[in-house]
Amino acid sequence: MSIVKLNNRSVKDVTAFGSISSLGSLSHIATQTASSSASISFTSGIDSTYKEYIFYFVNLHPSSGSKFQFQGDTGTNTNYNQTITSTSFNAYHDEGDSYTAVEYRTDADQAQGTSFNDLTNYLVVDQSDSSLTGFLHIFNPSSTTFVKHFISTTQIMNGVSNFYSINNFHAGYFNTTTALTRFQFKFASGNIDSGQILLFGLN
Amino acid sequence: MTFGLVKHNNNSISAITSVGLTQGKMTLIKEQTASSSSSISFVDGTSSVVFDNTYPIYIFKFINIHTSQDNTIFQFNCSSDSGSNYNVTKTTTHFYAYHNEGGSDQFLTYAAASDLAQSTASQPLGIGLGSDNDQSLSGELSFFNPSDTSFVKHFFAKTNLSMYHEYNLNSYTGGYMNTTSAIDAIQFSMSSGNIDSGTIKLYGIKGS
Repeated sequence: MSIVKLNNRSVKDVTAFGSISSLGSLSHIATQTASSSASISFTSGIDSTYKEYIFYFVNLHPSSGSKFQFQGDTGTNTNYNQTITSTSFNAYHDEGDSYTAVEYRTDADQAQGTSFNDLTNYLVVDQSDSSLTGFLHIFNPSSTTFVKHFISTTQIMNGVSNFYSINNFHAGYFNTTTALTRFQFKFASGNIDSGQILLFGLN
Repeated sequence: MTFGLVKHNNNSISAITSVGLTQGKMTLIKEQTASSSSSISFVDGTSSVVFDNTYPIYIFKFINIHTSQDNTIFQFNCSSDSGSNYNVTKTTTHFYAYHNEGGSDQFLTYAAASDLAQSTASQPLGIGLGSDNDQSLSGELSFFNPSDTSFVKHFFAKTNLSMYHEYNLNSYTGGYMNTTSAIDAIQFSMSSGNIDSGTIKLYGIKGS
């Protein structure tokens, strides 16, 4: 009979099993489902627990054609007007196979701006089968030393009669050393008719 | 010599059904390893594959996909009839950055030859893949809500590969399966030859 050991102690002598808090690296924090929502805000669960937070956007459908945007804020503030410097580019291709490009979009970036930052460079159209999907990574939002970086990829349908597939890429930083604790998402105009935003923390 | 009864949380170890750990929310659904494979398919409900509304987000990871034939395309297509036909209509974008090992040639460009407009053909995820022993492709494909019957099905991918003529190629693909029918299978292949070796992992992500 072999002696069962844990941390080189026979099991009968073990006084603690240690504190394993998670088997996986991706932890679900919250899910919000849109229902003709003017905006969706995540105001809790964003702190120093995780070094990286990921928002997933699943089939967000606008009430009218509009760009999708986000902002962050500090403490319990709800102004959502933090200073952002960001980049924006996308690739597009129409169903008619006439127009293609990969392009930088100066109308969707910010230079020390306090506006909501675009996560799509063109309107997400309100066709019944149109929606937005994608994700947004926020890195170390609770840092009080560094600015807060973000990286996003989204995929949408745009156009009128001749529809386009558009793959959007946004990245930047909140130019603050104050901890970010909350984020808000919305379409530039109209409501988020339906869809879900899921928030995860990544160890 | 005597042994005390080993217990955890006042249960004998044989009676423990849970140790109270938090389950991660990114679940490995299926891993397939290529071996001179003409294709690799993930069909919902087959061989433990889940590709339906169980998860809103699916991620395929490509690890060292090695081609049997030089200068080939790694590609994928989808099915809405459980894998009988991989021919779903799609409109896509594709662009890439490249740089040669000699350091003399680099560029970022849209790749019109690798996009699709309302086509049922397979979508390239990386072109010009080299077949040298040390050459392969790695990357990931995100696919959202495949079984939804209201919206088109969006996806996007990023890959990096060693090209047949000693270039690094970093590719970005996006698009939508232009159907409101459920997608229930996905297939990966080379444009010619086989997937000699490599691993494709399918993960599902969901909330609680």
